[in-house]
Amino acid sequence: MRYIEPHAHMVSRTMDDYQALAMAGCRAICEPAFWAGFDRSSVAGFYDYFCQLTEHEPKRAARYHIAHYSWICINPKEAEDPGFAREVIKIMPEFLAKENVLGVGEIGLNKNSKNEVAIFEEQVQLALDHNQLILIHTPHLEDKFKGTKLIIDILRQFPDIDPGRVMIDHVEEHTVKQVVDAGFWAGITLYPESKCTPPRAVDMLERYGSTDRLWMNSACDWGVSDPLALPKAILELRKRGFDDASIDRFVYQNPLKFIRQSGVDVLPDA
Amino acid sequence: MKSSKIAMMDLYFMDARSKLIDIAAFMDRVERSGETGDYRYGEFVKALEALRSPDRAEGVLNLLSDPSEAPIERAGAGPAVGAYKKD
Repeated sequence: MRYIEPHAHMVSRTMDDYQALAMAGCRAICEPAFWAGFDRSSVAGFYDYFCQLTEHEPKRAARYHIAHYSWICINPKEAEDPGFAREVIKIMPEFLAKENVLGVGEIGLNKNSKNEVAIFEEQVQLALDHNQLILIHTPHLEDKFKGTKLIIDILRQFPDIDPGRVMIDHVEEHTVKQVVDAGFWAGITLYPESKCTPPRAVDMLERYGSTDRLWMNSACDWGVSDPLALPKAILELRKRGFDDASIDRFVYQNPLKFIRQSGVDVLPDA
Repeated sequence: MKSSKIAMMDLYFMDARSKLIDIAAFMDRVERSGETGDYRYGEFVKALEALRSPDRAEGVLNLLSDPSEAPIERAGAGPAVGAYKKD
């Protein structure tokens, strides 16, 4: 069955994973900029990473006939050093102008610190200044509820924000309602341990799926994660009695609808 | 659209039973190793109370979350651990 993987960190994955994704029906991958598992020591390190996202990774994906798009930002973890983060922000416009970049992301909060908030606000403004979509990372585990509320409160301070152009990712049962009720898009991340299982994701789709502003993703990276989590969620949807049209809406049409707002020519033949 | 009513008990009972036994075995294991004083264990036990109310998944997540509202001064080193230390 066709689907879009709207959040995957393929720089951390192997070609075997690309092959498995292609065989499972993946037509496009969207890759946000993120924390590599270590703090980078220079702005040049980020420049190289942004080149990897926008030039090298699309070529790897193309070998398996998968379209590849990316998001550009300084992630919230490395935003704790605001001086360094601002230097990285200066090089972002060059990449935001590329034809395969969807917007600014994944920005947001990690530990809900004042520095993270300041750099988040500055990148939201950058996105607005460049008419970019926004992809937001909400904190992990015990910090998620507080961080999600802070993020929504901050976004409401920007009068020019259109909630329909903002995706707030990694929602769980205690945060999905506040995101959806505020009119933003919500992303459900399928992780083996720390986020949602396929049955929990389907529970949320049953309760909130009528909004259309929902997607699921694997967010597979260098940690405990599963690049095939989304096909497994598709199987879960079938077990729960969803028909093909509904599944296609959740895993293909919804993400397509959101990312096409970027102006990027996403899956032009679809 | 959903094609027909699905029996959740048929679909999920064995999986939930397995996880329930895993939780029981985890608590036995922690008790045997003398680690019940770890704050994470205390918060875990408190979170079990949410199983007695509606919206249990949301309740468990809320009980394990940081209830404060203001940003902290600086982010500490190390990852999130899954339970907020309230005291």
